[in-house]
Amino acid sequence: MINLLAATDVTIGSKEVLKGLSAVGAGIGYGAAAIGPGIGIGIVVGNAITAMARQPESAGVARTTMFLGIAFTEALALIGFVVFILLKFSS
Amino acid sequence: MHLFAGLTFPPIGELVDWKHFLLPGFNKASLTIIIAGVIVLAVFISAGRKKALVPVGLQNVVEAAIDFVADGIIMETVGPDGLGFLPYLTTLFTFLLVCNLFEIIPFFQFPPMARMALPLVLAVITWVIYNAVGVKHHGPGKYIKGSTIPPGLPKALLPLVAFIEGLQLVIVKPFSLAVRLFANMLAGHLLLVTFALLTDALLFHNSLVFFKPLAVLPLAMDIGITAFEVLVAVLQAFIFTILTAVYIGQAMHIDH
Repeated sequence: MINLLAATDVTIGSKEVLKGLSAVGAGIGYGAAAIGPGIGIGIVVGNAITAMARQPESAGVARTTMFLGIAFTEALALIGFVVFILLKFSS
Repeated sequence: MHLFAGLTFPPIGELVDWKHFLLPGFNKASLTIIIAGVIVLAVFISAGRKKALVPVGLQNVVEAAIDFVADGIIMETVGPDGLGFLPYLTTLFTFLLVCNLFEIIPFFQFPPMARMALPLVLAVITWVIYNAVGVKHHGPGKYIKGSTIPPGLPKALLPLVAFIEGLQLVIVKPFSLAVRLFANMLAGHLLLVTFALLTDALLFHNSLVFFKPLAVLPLAMDIGITAFEVLVAVLQAFIFTILTAVYIGQAMHIDH
């Protein structure tokens, strides 16, 4: 039943170690890169909703500016995602 | 233990590299781009053929799109003097929208923007346009000075801030514009592929018949993500267009 884990005839050289370490680094890197933008987008959208609730007549302007803010904040997380793809699949 | 035994995630090359056909260098992504361009052209030409005062049908849709770009994007970010860019921005918005929607159209199911080349070319076009607008409106010296040195800056901070702002003007703006579109589309594609693979592994490569009904869960998730990707496609087309307008507006009004 546990034959998936029983791969004993694998030789572990420096290439395998490098691959494993780059996978670990990619995972940690993307996780870390998603923290800041997550908090940032929360702040942007929360404040935009406050603005819309206080002044419903200016909701259109607030919505446009909110999407702009989201786009700027999200860029860092997306660069983290690209780094993840590069580390995971090109090494 | 055999539940996910058939599940192997393919290397990224199999998901974004397509076989060349007809011509060297011509693949599914190029074909999708050409089809998207033809669709946009055909819609606009056939809508503009009859210039009815009270629009009906297709003309109505196209006029709504143009009004949206004019009122929702240009007037909010650049102001009335940016209306000269209405043709470029409308083209950009509609072309990106159709391109992105190919992500979820059956048998294509690949957004051409998930290859870095196309967003990069569009971002370079935007970069050339906003720099040309700045140079044309203010002259090269005043444009570079006005866009790299904010007014009222202490002398000591001048080199650092000028370096950062200059870097932003030359590299960061077009790079982040291209990466934002590329990474959003690639992430959506990978998400769809992941849940489709999960469904496939549970349904066809699963030796425990008892667990086969579980394939409903990733399938439902895939359908939900497809609906979400429609939202992402529209939003990313909108964001690319509005950021282009914002950059043009910044180059046009550097003095405030």
